[in-house]
Amino acid sequence: MEALTALLVGVLVAASVYLMLARNFLRFLFGLILLSNAANLVIFASGRMTLGAPALVPYGMDTPDGVVGNALPQALVLTAIVIGFGLLAFTLALAFEAYRRLRTLDTDKMNDAEPREDAK
Amino acid sequence: MAGDSDPNAPWVTTAGMLPVLVTGALFVFFLGYIPQIAAYAPVRWAWDWIPSLDIALTFWLDGLSLMFALLITGIGTLVMLYAAKYLAGQPQFPRFALYLFSFMLSMLGLVLADNLITLFVFWELTTFTSYLLIGYLHVDPKSRRNALQALLLTAAGGLAMLAGFILIGVTQGTFELSELNAAGSMAEHAMYLPILILVLIGAFTKSAQVPFHFWLPNAMAAPTPVSAYLHSATMVKGGVYLMARMHPSLSGSDAWVWSLTIFGGVTAVFASFMALRQTDLKQTLAYTTLMALGTLTMFLAGSTGYAITAAMTFLFVHSLYKAALFLTIGVVDHGTGTRDADLLGGLARAMPITATVAALAALSMAGLPPFIGFIAKELAYAGGLEMTLSAFVIPMAIIANALMFAVAGIVAWKPFYGPQGKLPHKPHEGPWPMLAGPVILGVLGLLFGLMPWLVAEALIEPAVAAVMGAPDTGGRLVLWHGVNLPLMLSLATFALGALMYWKHQQLRAALARIEAKGPDFDAGWDRLLDHFMAMAKGQTRVIQTGVLRHYLFATFTVLVVAVAATMVLRSPGSVSLSLGGLSVREWAIAGLALAGTGVVVLTSSRIAAIVGLGVVGIAVALIFIVYSAPDVAITQLLVELLVVVLFAVAALKMPHLDPTGKQRHRPWDAVLAASVGAMTTLVLLYVVDTPFDRRLTDFFEAASFPEAFGRNIVNVILVDFRTLDTFGEIAVVLVAALGAYALLKGARAATKKDEGQ
Repeated sequence: MEALTALLVGVLVAASVYLMLARNFLRFLFGLILLSNAANLVIFASGRMTLGAPALVPYGMDTPDGVVGNALPQALVLTAIVIGFGLLAFTLALAFEAYRRLRTLDTDKMNDAEPREDAK
Repeated sequence: MAGDSDPNAPWVTTAGMLPVLVTGALFVFFLGYIPQIAAYAPVRWAWDWIPSLDIALTFWLDGLSLMFALLITGIGTLVMLYAAKYLAGQPQFPRFALYLFSFMLSMLGLVLADNLITLFVFWELTTFTSYLLIGYLHVDPKSRRNALQALLLTAAGGLAMLAGFILIGVTQGTFELSELNAAGSMAEHAMYLPILILVLIGAFTKSAQVPFHFWLPNAMAAPTPVSAYLHSATMVKGGVYLMARMHPSLSGSDAWVWSLTIFGGVTAVFASFMALRQTDLKQTLAYTTLMALGTLTMFLAGSTGYAITAAMTFLFVHSLYKAALFLTIGVVDHGTGTRDADLLGGLARAMPITATVAALAALSMAGLPPFIGFIAKELAYAGGLEMTLSAFVIPMAIIANALMFAVAGIVAWKPFYGPQGKLPHKPHEGPWPMLAGPVILGVLGLLFGLMPWLVAEALIEPAVAAVMGAPDTGGRLVLWHGVNLPLMLSLATFALGALMYWKHQQLRAALARIEAKGPDFDAGWDRLLDHFMAMAKGQTRVIQTGVLRHYLFATFTVLVVAVAATMVLRSPGSVSLSLGGLSVREWAIAGLALAGTGVVVLTSSRIAAIVGLGVVGIAVALIFIVYSAPDVAITQLLVELLVVVLFAVAALKMPHLDPTGKQRHRPWDAVLAASVGAMTTLVLLYVVDTPFDRRLTDFFEAASFPEAFGRNIVNVILVDFRTLDTFGEIAVVLVAALGAYALLKGARAATKKDEGQ
């Protein structure tokens, strides 16, 4: 499954980069969401994927019974999902407010901080 | 700037007197070392600084550094006393006193440092403090510009010098000057030439040799006491000090002899003509300083006893008379309100002490007997005759000295004894704190001339020994050598000088015409800076377009190139891609994710895109479920739900994805995106192909229940083993929520306001 995940991640990253290079800020946000999904999958797959054996310690035992899924990447991915969500929610609010003030979502025109010399 | 001070203001202030006392104490401290140093027993102080880099705070006191230390602290005391009165009543005087005092300490550190890196640090400190001093009158744009010019030029030279020092440290295995000099000349080393060039760039910029000379006359923007201090004893002598200090290790090659002789000789003659050309007395003196620096450089090219003695004696003499003259001109400026040589005249009656002192200093400068300046000049001719390039050195020295003779007349004879000039106000004699310095320095010039043995054994000969790297027989400082070739040359010099003084008005006009045609270094500097500015501007225009897409494109391109280059260079070998043994379920999940991605990328509809995102999210959650990560899957589903809801609420209030109705076709973006994707796939394939290190996982599995009493290992990691991570995560979400709240609250308030209107 790691090989298939690697291919899938490749497609997700390609799609997200393509979206992030678009002029519309919403597309950029879509790209961001896909990219965080892809990143989570990369972390998950790097720790190897185990079929149908959650990392649990059965009652009456001190250690898991046999080979179970790698718990460490799972914990990291959990954190990453939540932080990714925080980032997304904030960026969405930012986009919302930016649109309200600038009346555009075209990133080429959202350049108040670095205005171009010829566009005065 | 004399008009700025208030004659009635109290000048005995803490800010004014403290530096005088401390510097005076330092002077006395160094005086105490004279007997020991005169017996050729150098002193070394050492403290560790950065031992791992072989950098130590080491200081070395021998004849050369002692002479400089005494000049710095001795003249420093007089200059600070003078400044306290000269600038009395100025609100910013304490700041000035601080700058001047810091400058004095930096200079002292420079001449005492034994470690090359320590020396460099103090070198740069003198650059910075002199920047502050030259730019003291900071409301004047010209003053700021000149300060910056001096800073940039000398700091750039300093950087070259640092490179040279590092080369020395690498090739010679030590940064200690005492060890380097003891080892003798490094002229045979393969890296000698680069080292010499780099160190000389530092020395030449600091000591204002042509073509780096133009900052020095411009530095006259500083108040007069500063000029005196900067240009007589100190800052500009930093370069000369370095050349003298490193003479044992860097001399001994044709490159050394030729470069120092040519640069020094050209600077000396050029500066002497320029000095005659000026009408502002302060500018005149600035150029004579340049002449002195050129002469010193020229004589340091030599390696014989006479040449070095000439250099050391002239260095000492010049410090005395030049400081005295600068201070005198300050008194004249103070007393009359002008420094224009054409206006000044007949001041001797109103300013008798100043006139006498100026005469004393000028006679020393002109090189007339029985002043010590005469001894210095005789030595120069004797030394020049011994040097390799004497055919070049002697004419250069004669022209420069004759011009000095003429300039001495302009500076010290004409203003006081010449015909009465038109003065801005009635002249008056200077107050004693301002006269003390010039009087002491001027009288010393005469005293040492009559009794040269006073300084010969105590100062000059130990300094010569330090430069030569071996004790010197000495005995060269004598007022009367008998009738010999140097004396003949001196007489010729006086004749030529007198002629030049007599004709100086015509000469000045001729020089002005020549100058107008020659290259203007100062304007060239401005053009150079303009080019730099234009380059920075152009570069900013290209790199910082202000368009997000361009930044992202550049970032992703660099990412691809960097990772791809690493892969090619490290050539990790082939990688296997085995897709066998997968059930329909896995293919179905992958297909779902691909379909969702396709929709997001291709659609122009916001709703369709949001649905596509949801599909991808659910497919990813399914992967987590199938591959033993139920906790992650639950979180993923929950977050995915929230994302869809948030987007649905927010995005629908925003405009369509493609207002024109059709998505733009972007082939280059597609190529870049495909490359980033392919690269990620490759990296991940390589990662899973390497042997798996289970150590951490094993630890968590073994420790989860016995130590943390939790049976769900993922949860135990989150809330127990990596609690701080989780805490940080909560903090991030909280900050994001607060930020979003603030943004949206502002939006609502603004909407209400709009509606209210």
